[in-house]
Amino acid sequence: MKSEPHVSIRTYALVFLALLVLTGLTTAIAFLDLGGSINTMVALAIAVGKALLVILYFMHVRYSDKLTWVFAAAGFFWLLILIGGTMDDVLTRPQLPPSTASVPAQDYPR
Amino acid sequence: MSKVEPFQAHHFDDVEQQHEASWLGMWVFLATEVMFFGGMFAGYFVYRHWYLQAFAAASNHLDVLLGGINTAVLICSSFTVALAVHSAETDRRKPLIAFLLLTIVLGLVFLGIKFYEYHTKFEEHLVPGSSFSFEVSLARPAEIFFSFYFAMTGMHALHMIIGIGLMTALIFQARRGRFSSFYYTPVELTGLYWHFVDIVWIFLFPLLYLLGRHL
Repeated sequence: MKSEPHVSIRTYALVFLALLVLTGLTTAIAFLDLGGSINTMVALAIAVGKALLVILYFMHVRYSDKLTWVFAAAGFFWLLILIGGTMDDVLTRPQLPPSTASVPAQDYPR
Repeated sequence: MSKVEPFQAHHFDDVEQQHEASWLGMWVFLATEVMFFGGMFAGYFVYRHWYLQAFAAASNHLDVLLGGINTAVLICSSFTVALAVHSAETDRRKPLIAFLLLTIVLGLVFLGIKFYEYHTKFEEHLVPGSSFSFEVSLARPAEIFFSFYFAMTGMHALHMIIGIGLMTALIFQARRGRFSSFYYTPVELTGLYWHFVDIVWIFLFPLLYLLGRHL
């Protein structure tokens, strides 16, 4: 199918530079102590930003029809359920009241 | 009824429908790949939560410099793939072949560095198994970290090897003149695959190499 180039070389180059800068940034920030889980949050936020740049520009999703958006988003939506649902369980286990069952619940690992 | 092109398969009404079917099919495949790697990521998050200290200590045995260089190499290769697709879109065969070749070279550089890292881990007895050795109080959970490390980077490397094979096939087809600005779907879809593999690494790098520096 005949088509015009989706994205200009200039746009590709800008995205490429942004990805390299973000890689440097996330590495530099890893050596700063932001305290507790903030380091994790920042690193994951930068990774999500980089992934979005790749998906939107390198993978042309920004220039694609709505159906492609749905297909691309579906994978990540299910990933969110997978990880969110799992961590929802794992993170809240310590908050449960002690079991009253006669058989002791298996201790979760430390 | 539009003109039937030689590259149109008989079960499609026209080339646009054929292209859309291929394009969406690739996205469905990539969604399954997200789930495939997602299972390992979910497992990683659970065990990282349970064994935070051991994961940090084990993560500090990875080489941030090599991991960072490999991240940059992979981003460069995504850029060259994007330029290869652009060359196909604009009907330029020589640049298409050149950018595909460059992508393969960058992919091999990545795998070479990865091989060197694996080699170092063997020498340092950080490969899970009977010869694994680590600070005694953290040894078992550190072994779990390295199991995730080898499983995730190993599956990622396997995807790179497959990608390099696909690129090689594309080069042969491009040399035979199979692609033009009218038909370059295989180039486009292989590009999607390569970018996906890049995205997996974009998450693996901070989670495995960086998050142990500060918790």
